[in-house]
Amino acid sequence: MNIVSLIKSLPGACSQGLIWGLLGIGVYITFRVLDYSDMTVDGSMATGAAVAVMAMLGGMNPYLALLLALIAGMATGLITGFLHTVLGIPAILSGILTQIGLYSINMRILGKSNQAISVDKYDLIVSLRYIPSAIIVSLLFCIVIIAILYWFFGTEVGHSIRATGNNPNMARAQGINTNLNKVMGLTISNGLVALSGALYAQYQGSADVNMGRGAIVIGLAAIIMSEVIFGRIFHNFALKLFAVVLGSILYFMIISLVLQLGLSTTDLKLFSAIVVATFLAFPYLKKIISEKRVRRTN
Amino acid sequence: MLILENVTKTFNRGTVNEKVALDSLNLTINDGEFVTVIGGNGSGKSTTLNAIAGVFPIDSGRIILDGEDITSLSEHKRAKYLGRVFQDPMTGTAGNMNIEENLALADRRGKKRKLLWAIRQKDREKYKEKLKELGLGLEDRTEAKVGLLSGGQRQALTLIMASLQKPKLILLDEHTAALDPKTAQIVLTISNKIIRENNLTALMVTHNMRDAIDYGDRLLMFHEGKIILDISGEEKKKLTVEALLKAFERVSGTEFTSDRDLLN
Repeated sequence: MNIVSLIKSLPGACSQGLIWGLLGIGVYITFRVLDYSDMTVDGSMATGAAVAVMAMLGGMNPYLALLLALIAGMATGLITGFLHTVLGIPAILSGILTQIGLYSINMRILGKSNQAISVDKYDLIVSLRYIPSAIIVSLLFCIVIIAILYWFFGTEVGHSIRATGNNPNMARAQGINTNLNKVMGLTISNGLVALSGALYAQYQGSADVNMGRGAIVIGLAAIIMSEVIFGRIFHNFALKLFAVVLGSILYFMIISLVLQLGLSTTDLKLFSAIVVATFLAFPYLKKIISEKRVRRTN
Repeated sequence: MLILENVTKTFNRGTVNEKVALDSLNLTINDGEFVTVIGGNGSGKSTTLNAIAGVFPIDSGRIILDGEDITSLSEHKRAKYLGRVFQDPMTGTAGNMNIEENLALADRRGKKRKLLWAIRQKDREKYKEKLKELGLGLEDRTEAKVGLLSGGQRQALTLIMASLQKPKLILLDEHTAALDPKTAQIVLTISNKIIRENNLTALMVTHNMRDAIDYGDRLLMFHEGKIILDISGEEKKKLTVEALLKAFERVSGTEFTSDRDLLN
């Protein structure tokens, strides 16, 4: 293992982690706040990337292009929400259906499977060519988004989304339209995921129809690592979201490490899946083991 | 005033498990009346409360509350008029949210929820005042997660939540059944106090005949989806458990069967 090249790779991992941190926050809203495993993410991330890149290639201001990507992402969440609440399709399947459908739509938007956007010709917001500035800009994005979400989930509307995810029976008894709130949560979540995709496409200089594949697993990995490491210290909602960003940074640093250790990039998906499965299984196995111990001592 | 007109509900219609839960039920409850409901397992008492709350649509009949036909109104829309406390202490509150957040959610029942900060300073004081009346010390723990509270504390909190915005009707569905006897009595006393002090119209299902006799102005007994006994006024005051059991046998032609009632 080459220590020097590992250290050299860390700033890149940090900026990647910050950009994917926005996706992590989006996944947190569905997975933790709404208690909804939303598979739309893998499609909506590429949608965000495709919309932003095509808009900029067409001459749109990069910030407006980000806004457009955000709106497109929100629309994808709206579709999943519609499938689930209006048509009664189970949560996971609704997300999978949207995600599959989005593949075709993303191809239509991009025109081909990959569209490059050069930092030399376009005024990109973040680029891996200028990592220090990418770190600062993406960190600012994270801070602004966390601030907005902290405010939003402290409002009456935000509270009703939290109650919907926590206890739908109670929410309905308190006059909350749980279906509407699920759709709202999915919409916000996928908007953020698409925003993350749009930034990431600029960062790597291209939008690819397959770039969202496995994104949900990376988002989950960021959430779970953040909870294992910071769960006991961070109780404030804003800090919890910030911890997800830190989890995401850590994830990409671990990825650089295992790449240095000789794993190939195609092995990474298996690696991520194993990491997430292990951490998700951890609390369950801990409970089983402690129950067995109790039985034995009795 | 609540009026149930020929309300019928059959579960699992057309299958071997078909069960007539409510059989052309008629019931009128006047404003300010505190009604206790008893009945064996599957007699339709909880089904009646759930039908009123809109948990499921009824097959036929009408439900009228203060002159408004709410039969086809969705559950969350009816919530505007109803306070509800459930059998399972977990059901009535959001365990991952803290006490004041739960109260704030209940304080907006029936109102439009806006993009305004959910808990304001003057609300905080109001909530503390209400919690103090419980005498459980919850007023000092307003930022504690509700999931950390005991079953009795959660039920007491749910009672406040149900009455914070005065409901036209409060529905208590065996809300002390999951508690130990001592806590159950505390929660019942609190329920009675809240109902009387706010002059609420109440429908309380209980599995305990003693409680059904001791509390409320009127007692209903359910059997096979129908009301077979309706006792109020002086007659109710003089009622005993033995007399109630005898009356049940006389009216229904069977012995009173409920595993829980027998155990009590």
